[in-house]
Amino acid sequence: MYVIVVGGGKVGYYLTKTLVNEGYEVFLIERNPVKCHIYAERFGAIVMQGDGAEAATLEAAGAGRADVVIAVTGDDEDNLVICQMAKEKFRVGRSIARVNNPKNEELFRKLGIDVTVSQTNVILSIIEQQIPERPFVHLLALRHADIAIVEAKVSAESPVVDQPIQRIEFPPDVIVSAILRDGGVVIPTGQTVILEGDEVIAVTKREREAELRHLLVD
Amino acid sequence: MKVMIVGCGRVGWRLASDFTDRGHEVSVIDIRPSSFRRLPENFPGKTILGTGIDEDVLRSGNIQDADVFIAVTEEDNTNIMSAQIARNIFHVDRVILRIYDPVRAEIYRGLGLTVVCPTTTVAGLIEEEVLFANGSESHARSRS
Repeated sequence: MYVIVVGGGKVGYYLTKTLVNEGYEVFLIERNPVKCHIYAERFGAIVMQGDGAEAATLEAAGAGRADVVIAVTGDDEDNLVICQMAKEKFRVGRSIARVNNPKNEELFRKLGIDVTVSQTNVILSIIEQQIPERPFVHLLALRHADIAIVEAKVSAESPVVDQPIQRIEFPPDVIVSAILRDGGVVIPTGQTVILEGDEVIAVTKREREAELRHLLVD
Repeated sequence: MKVMIVGCGRVGWRLASDFTDRGHEVSVIDIRPSSFRRLPENFPGKTILGTGIDEDVLRSGNIQDADVFIAVTEEDNTNIMSAQIARNIFHVDRVILRIYDPVRAEIYRGLGLTVVCPTTTVAGLIEEEVLFANGSESHARSRS
């Protein structure tokens, strides 16, 4: 697999290093000539100085045969254009963009970027998961953001307590995938009875999250 | 008309003045406070300090009510991103942007944006001036 990384900051540098060690064919594009010089000494001839949003640079890097282009510069506008150029001009199958302003994740997906990574959102969700008293936690948003995996702690007041799953009226587009109970995991069937304090992990459409929270937590 | 302009350089400033002279409602966005000094003292439009690629900044200039959105900062990628926010998030009717790089200009035209590329436009005008303005004389010379 051939991967082009654009942006040789800390993220781009360690990404390139890791991918090389894992045996991928990697090429790194960085604008700053001094950095390029240093990286070329470490990585060899897989580093090029240039502007990754320029078609000529991408072409010289062999974007035409790249499987993935990853844009990890510090500027969202550059990452967006790099990915769009890769897709529109070079028909690269997969584009991955680092998003510095977390609000841009949705925009980038709308504009056809396959994967977005927001450090801010990643750290935020880790913080959310580590705070013990939060009864409803968003664990993961899947591609295109309309499906999510959530974790909910069943409250004593919830109508689902002591009910078997088959008799509970869950909102549509919700599947209970696992229950964490007494330090163990229960993979539920229709007969599994939900208990107070169960941590229910469910796959849900994003627009059903509020209903699900209401059912289990409120 | 309500017009939003991102980038108060020579072109943005000129557009802002012209549109307000014609009685249109204008908001201008720029990241450098000094850029607004170009505007006339009695400029009736709104000036907003910030980047044109931030939805919140755009919203503070009431982008949701804009009829026309114009992106003319010095940075191609900034113009491309802010124009796409205007079109895809706020659904502004008319979105026009400047892209200096002719290759990028072509790509984004292909994606349905209204792109003005000064590089090809100016080069074309100059070529025309050199090759055709003096009629057959310069033609003959250029061939010899």
